Amino acid sequence: MTVFLQSLISGILIGGVYALIGIGLTIIFGVMRVINFAHGDIMMIGMYLTYNLFTLAGIDPFVSILVTIPLMFLFGGFLQKLFINRVLGALPQNQILLTIGLGLIMSNTMMLIYTSDYKIISTSYSSSSISVAGISVSEPLAISFIITAAITAMLYWFLIKTDTGQAIRATAQDREAAQLMGINVKRMSIIAFGLGASLAGTAGALISPTYYIFPQIGSTFTLKAFVITVLGGMGSIVGATLGGVVIGIAESVSAVYISSGWKDVVVFVLFLLVLLFKPSGLMGKSRM
Amino acid sequence: MLNIDKLNFSYGDLKVLWDIDLEVNEGEIVTVVGANGAGKSTALKNISRLVKPDSGAISFNGADLTKLESHQVVEQGIVQVPEGRKIFPEMTVRENLRMGSFIQSARKDRDANMERVFKLFPRLKEREKQLGGTMSGGEQQMLAIARGLMANPRLLLMDEPSLGLSPLLVKNIFDIIAEINRQGVTILLVEQNVYQSLRIAHRAYVLETGRVVLTGTGEALLNDEHVKKAFLGM
Repeated sequence: MTVFLQSLISGILIGGVYALIGIGLTIIFGVMRVINFAHGDIMMIGMYLTYNLFTLAGIDPFVSILVTIPLMFLFGGFLQKLFINRVLGALPQNQILLTIGLGLIMSNTMMLIYTSDYKIISTSYSSSSISVAGISVSEPLAISFIITAAITAMLYWFLIKTDTGQAIRATAQDREAAQLMGINVKRMSIIAFGLGASLAGTAGALISPTYYIFPQIGSTFTLKAFVITVLGGMGSIVGATLGGVVIGIAESVSAVYISSGWKDVVVFVLFLLVLLFKPSGLMGKSRM
Repeated sequence: MLNIDKLNFSYGDLKVLWDIDLEVNEGEIVTVVGANGAGKSTALKNISRLVKPDSGAISFNGADLTKLESHQVVEQGIVQVPEGRKIFPEMTVRENLRMGSFIQSARKDRDANMERVFKLFPRLKEREKQLGGTMSGGEQQMLAIARGLMANPRLLLMDEPSLGLSPLLVKNIFDIIAEINRQGVTILLVEQNVYQSLRIAHRAYVLETGRVVLTGTGEALLNDEHVKKAFLGM
């Protein structure tokens, strides 16, 4: 029972970070109807940013998100304004090619600068754990979960309560009607991509104390983010939050009870089952 | 107030509007009537800049609209209540109304305008927290009009507000449009319901296959032989 609880809890903790990545992808999809195949690579950029802040300036990874969040937002907004805005009306395959291409440029640029060597950020707490009632949880995971929860709460507040947040949702629900409300939908798209990139980059920062950092790490996470958003229902933020946690738990529990080599199989079987029985995803909505 | 001069528009190779001249003066209800596919909605889409014309001029109080983006047209005071209502389905009635007052100039009057539209449509007040997508067609139409009013429009463009409503509601909606006009909002109304819209309109244009074929006061057109024969079944 303790083993089960322990794997369940670490699943939830890592699931929080997955949720952050998934929410970013789902916001971008919701507003633009574009699947961002560079999502994992954007997360990878966030990891290297954190790595640099840590090694060059000695800033703790969890503190460095104060820099990562705004910088990645600007980076995402810039990508949207310069590239994605041009393909909004284009065929889906062109949009896919563009985002895949952007991802390749990012990972290869990082490879040129940092080589393919694995980098690690070793903090004083990287391998320490907290023990509560006989269940021990990794300390960096616990901290990152708390930060994730706070960021997600702020994001929900922003999207539900503020004029700009509501305008982003309105743009996702009906782009033409949003224009008729006087909403500058191009501007909302820039903000949405900025938010998505910012969330992915932050997730990268949060996992950097526990993961290896290398230029090709992005593709695994793009796939994971895609599974999470489809599982939750494309464009649904609640769905992506839920999807992230479900995937986290599935990975963690199957690693303990089957073998860590099989955890991806379990995740994809779960994914296929949801697609089979509830094709529209857990939340079943395609709108924010 | 609004001047359209020799507007031409095509969807790809298909020409939809031919040399349209149209004028709306402050305080009027002007209606554009015509059969399905005559180009009425397309004309409104051109004014709101959702589509770009081939040629022609559109100006509003002297300002050239053809240089603006859709959201800037709204800032000029031209608000469209679109065909098919286009309510934000996953937003509550109140959130939909808030979006109506998104532009900076309308935000300060948000609470007062909310009161005003709730007075005009008490049903919306009862449904305040309901999701837009779950409401009936009639309620959605009320919400669409109310949402349009939230922006303090000087000119309200209305695209087929009576479409798909029960006969009783249709009369109701037209009475409300006349009431909104009495409160000082100029209205350009596009309709297939020729009788009802001519009844409340000061002036009207008849559109047939993308051309203005007739124009006159609402009353004159109601008694026009061609209109009677083509649209009123008399």
